Amino acid sequence: MRIKTLEISVGLFMLAGIVSLAVLAFNVSGLAISSGQNSYTIYAAFQNIGGLTKRSKVTVAGVTIGRVTDIRLDKDRFAGVVKMEIESEFDSFTTDSTAAILTAGLLGEKYIGIVPGADEEYLKDGSSISDTQSAMVLEDLIGQFLFNKVNN
Amino acid sequence: MADKIDNIIEIRNLCFRRGERVIFDNADFDIPRGKVTAIMGPSGCGKTTLLRLIGGQIKPDSGTILFDGQDLLSLTRKELYELRRTKMGMLFQSGALFTNLSVFENVAFPLREHTNLPEAMIRDIVLIKLQAVGLRGARDLMPNELSGGMNRRAALARTIAMDPEMIMYDEPFAGQDPIGMGVLTKLIRLLNQSLGLTNIVVSHDIHETASITDKIYVIAQGKVVGQGAPSRLMEDESELVQQFMKGLPDGPIAFHYPAQDYYDDMMGSVDS
Amino acid sequence: MIERLRMLGRAGLHILEVLGRSAIFVMHSLCGVPNFRKGGQLLMEQLFAVGVLSLPIIVVSGLFIGMVLSLQGYTILVKFAAEQSVGQMLSLSLVRELGPVVTALLFAGRAGSSLTAEIGLMKATEQLTSMEMLGVDPLRYVIAPRLLAGFICMPILMIIFNVVGIWGGYIVAVDWLDIYEGSFWANMQSATSFDEDVMNGIIKSIVFAFVISWIAVFQGYDAEPTSEGIGRATTKTVVYASLAVLGLDFILTAIMFGDF
Repeated sequence: MRIKTLEISVGLFMLAGIVSLAVLAFNVSGLAISSGQNSYTIYAAFQNIGGLTKRSKVTVAGVTIGRVTDIRLDKDRFAGVVKMEIESEFDSFTTDSTAAILTAGLLGEKYIGIVPGADEEYLKDGSSISDTQSAMVLEDLIGQFLFNKVNN
Repeated sequence: MADKIDNIIEIRNLCFRRGERVIFDNADFDIPRGKVTAIMGPSGCGKTTLLRLIGGQIKPDSGTILFDGQDLLSLTRKELYELRRTKMGMLFQSGALFTNLSVFENVAFPLREHTNLPEAMIRDIVLIKLQAVGLRGARDLMPNELSGGMNRRAALARTIAMDPEMIMYDEPFAGQDPIGMGVLTKLIRLLNQSLGLTNIVVSHDIHETASITDKIYVIAQGKVVGQGAPSRLMEDESELVQQFMKGLPDGPIAFHYPAQDYYDDMMGSVDS
Repeated sequence: MIERLRMLGRAGLHILEVLGRSAIFVMHSLCGVPNFRKGGQLLMEQLFAVGVLSLPIIVVSGLFIGMVLSLQGYTILVKFAAEQSVGQMLSLSLVRELGPVVTALLFAGRAGSSLTAEIGLMKATEQLTSMEMLGVDPLRYVIAPRLLAGFICMPILMIIFNVVGIWGGYIVAVDWLDIYEGSFWANMQSATSFDEDVMNGIIKSIVFAFVISWIAVFQGYDAEPTSEGIGRATTKTVVYASLAVLGLDFILTAIMFGDF
């Protein structure tokens, strides 16, 4: 009998561990079961990426449809080239869509918002968005404000 | 005595030092099979070390140890454990029972680990062994509930559980009252006579040991200073052996620890 | 001068010797075919002693640490009007750092020291030697189950610690400090990645488990068979294991979260 309670308590201990792992996976880190879906890659070049990082969100109308997976410097154009993975089900972005780097809230993290265009061709795996809007940089804003002030 | 005595253990040119101290200096031992051999000597002369060397727990600096014809030093770890399992047994001074197991569980331990016998058979064997040492009724007690002597007896039952050919006893009589000693003496003699086991007893106790042994080795200062039957040793010429056998406080083993002259010490350092 | 060098050299050689001995020790304990029938029972007993019995301290510590993190985090974040991010701060600190490290330190103190003392005492009372003479290898019978139990239990304890900590932080943040529950979980989920944060924490904890169990068991086996010897060995276990955990944590964090 003593051995039985021992084995039961060890079993409960293991079970608690497994359940906790599941909680950590799903509730804490938001692991979606549907992750591992197919995705396709598109690129966009920005004059200034601001505080955009890898794993930042890519959204359309505020809804997350993908993630930033890589950021590189294009040495010829001196622009920041951002590589994005978009979920395959969202495949109807035209080639004249625009991508802008936006801020979530006042202190929030940066993310990319895509506004769809009206062209006939769609973006495919490997294509680039040409119409981009860089991140707002505080210094530029202040500079612009002062410049306007002086002019007036 | 016959020349062709069958020796279960033959040790030649044993050299062992612990740090700076020489424990054994080219010592030879022959342990005859099926007899009771005693290893005796002053404190700290290496008697327990000898048991450890025979049991393979430590290796000598040089020399050979043959157990039943096998060179102990050339055995692999696995072979050594095999040898211990089948042929050797050791009784420790404190008994060294496993404190988390009952007496029964302790005696059953080697049987459970080394054999696939069914529980019913293990139970029978354990009870037989406990009966031999007189502790069958104590089988469900825990080691901390036993007296020192009972601890040793239970440990003895565990040692003979696998029916080894040879048993080593490390100071079995130390700290025992006369009755306890009598019990152990009886058991050792019984095991020797009825089962033909070889017994090696390490002890200080001349009287008890001499009554059961067939051969005594007296070790001092790293060498064998006397060996032979008890009666013969009593007549041995060596002063050391005489001092030891008769229990004389002073002799070759000095009473006084080396120190400066008594007068000088007492008068203080009133040097001029 | 020469004397100092000689002492240094001797100390260095001694450390190498101890490392070597402990490596051979672990190898002898773990290598070889495991005996599932008999070993299973021994392992089960050790899982209970090492894991289940450590639960109270782990759970209580996790709860309090989660609650304090949440509280402290709030007081600072509220100055930047960013108090809604307290969820992600809580989860990232716990999952990446505090979970593995604090669990490891507590484990070293509670389970590690008890393992060392137990094994040391078995050595001092000659139980290990008598087991050898009965033909049973104490490295397989006594040491291996304890090592394995340490490897298995510590990561599990860490996961439980994290969950309890987050729950404690949740209670403080949402019930007490009136953080909006939705944004608490949403921010946490978007900031915490399973692959990078949770898994890395688990990897850290597995490494810590290995190191702590190894140190604890070896110190017990190597202890001098006297009462001071065992006391010293227990202290050494806690000190060495704690230092090793903190040092490894830095190295692992640099590898996992640094930008190399």
